[in-house]
Parts: sequence; structure tokens; C-alpha cells
Amino acid sequence: MKCSDFLKELTDYLDNDLDASTRAELEEHLQWCHNCYVLCNTTKSTIEIYRDYKLYEFPDDLRSRIRAAVITKCQHQTGVPKGAVPQVQKEPPK
Amino acid sequence: MEAIENTVGESPSEESNLVEAARAGDISAFESLVRRYDRNVFRIAQHITQNREDAEDVVQDAFLKAYQNLGQFQGQSKFYTWLVRITVNEALMRLRRRRPERTVSIDEDVQTEEDSMPREIADWSPNPEEIYTQSELKNILGKTIQGLPPSFRTVFVLRDVEGLSTEETASALDLTVPAVKSRLLRARLQLRDRLNKYFKRRDGDTRREML
Repeated sequence: MKCSDFLKELTDYLDNDLDASTRAELEEHLQWCHNCYVLCNTTKSTIEIYRDYKLYEFPDDLRSRIRAAVITKCQHQTGVPKGAVPQVQKEPPK
Repeated sequence: MEAIENTVGESPSEESNLVEAARAGDISAFESLVRRYDRNVFRIAQHITQNREDAEDVVQDAFLKAYQNLGQFQGQSKFYTWLVRITVNEALMRLRRRRPERTVSIDEDVQTEEDSMPREIADWSPNPEEIYTQSELKNILGKTIQGLPPSFRTVFVLRDVEGLSTEETASALDLTVPAVKSRLLRARLQLRDRLNKYFKRRDGDTRREML
């Protein structure tokens, strides 16, 4: 396996979305290719650090204020939510 | 090397009961749905718009639109995925308004594969928390993700920050699964490359980079 092949599979590898034989091939490559090993590790760290340090906290006071505004607006709707309203978001398939 | 686990907290039957009740006009049921997802909606909105006021407006507009259109929601997808779809559309609309000079679309795919090729490969310090304070780290992470094109940023945020599956991300953005995977790989590699200068292991002084 070449490094470019490894790179193509990196996302599926990190997401554990590969069949066993492809995964084994990638892990064999990682055993001898230091660059890909480091690339894989640091990409994994990138994902983890963004997941752990969720940016943009929603402060409680702002949260309450916005929630109250949302609920007030919803209460002022007439005939909803049962009635069909224009500007419908298409529901994605399952 | 272990794969990364994704977790999305949910309780499907309880949620469908809430959606059903809200659809029947129970405003407190809808309020429970707002409480459940408002942090996620706010985070997604702020990541896309990169603007606090816009994000606040998007939260309101997205929930209002969801409420208005609950009658159209058939339960064929998860409520959250449907809500994310509404949120992304509202946020992109705000972004377009703010940056009329630029075309902003989730379909934009302007970069080539080469743009995401790693430029430098170096081991990172094992624990960035020991190099930077929390606020410095958040500053670095914020600045770094802002540099990604909106289409890459959105895929990364939905998939890796908010924990949607690849299929859910594809549904929410109306993209194919291969398109999501391609953007996700490039987003991850570009972020890694940009963070490299802050986190790479150095001999001696570890804080040479400017914040």
C-alpha cells in the first residue's frame, strides 16, 4: 500500500468504517510508515480536540432569553403547527 | 490505533412523543425539544455564520420554522437531523446576506485534492493543554476553523463536533455520502495542517508561535 492510498482511506479508518481486510492492510502500513502513523495520530487528535473543546458556549441567560422569545413567537402562530405552512424544508430521507 | 467513537445523546421514543405532542399544539412539548437541542443549534449556527448576533437570530428562526412546519415532518428522519437541516439553511442564508460579494453554498467545492495534502508531518506535543491556557486554545481552534471554506467547515462541525453520522450529515446537507466523506477528509487534513504550527513538538521553547 502506498501512502496516497492510505490517505484516501484515512477518514473511513478513523471512523471505523472499513471491512476487516482493508483495515488490516492499513494497520500493516502504519507499522512501518512513520509519516502515515504521525499523520493518522495528529488527524485523530484534531478531531478529538474540536470535539472536547466545544467552541461557542451558549450562556444560560442568553439561552433563557432566546428560548422565551422562540416560545412567544410560536404561541403567536395561528393554526400551527397542524396547518401546512409555505417554505417547507424538505425532510431528508432516513 | 483506536477509531473515534461518536455519541449523540437521544432517546428516540421519548423524542417522537414530544414531536407528536408538539404537533398537536402542546407548546411545552415543543419547549422541551428546544431545550434539548438549542445548544447544538446555536453552535452550528455560530460555526457557519462566524457571528454571534447572526447565530442568535438563526436559533430563533430555525426553531420557529421547525414549529411552523411540524405538520410536514413525517418522522421519516430523526427530528434532530431535520432541525439541523433547517438550521444550516438559515445560517447559510445569513452568511450570504453578510457576504453578498461571495457565493456561499454548501455545494461549493472550489479546492482541489492537492489543497488538502499534508504540507508538514510532525509529532504533536502529547498534551496541548500544558502548552496553552484554555482561552488560548479556544482562540487557536476558533481562528483555525474559521479559515476553512464554509462547505468544509459545515461538514466537519456536523460530523465531528456534533456527532451526526455520515448518512445523517449527508441528509442534513442534501449531499451524497461520498461527497460528505470527501469534504470531511479534506476538512480534517486542512485543520490538522493548520494546527500543526501550534501543536507540533519542539525542543525547548514550545510557545514560539504567536497567538
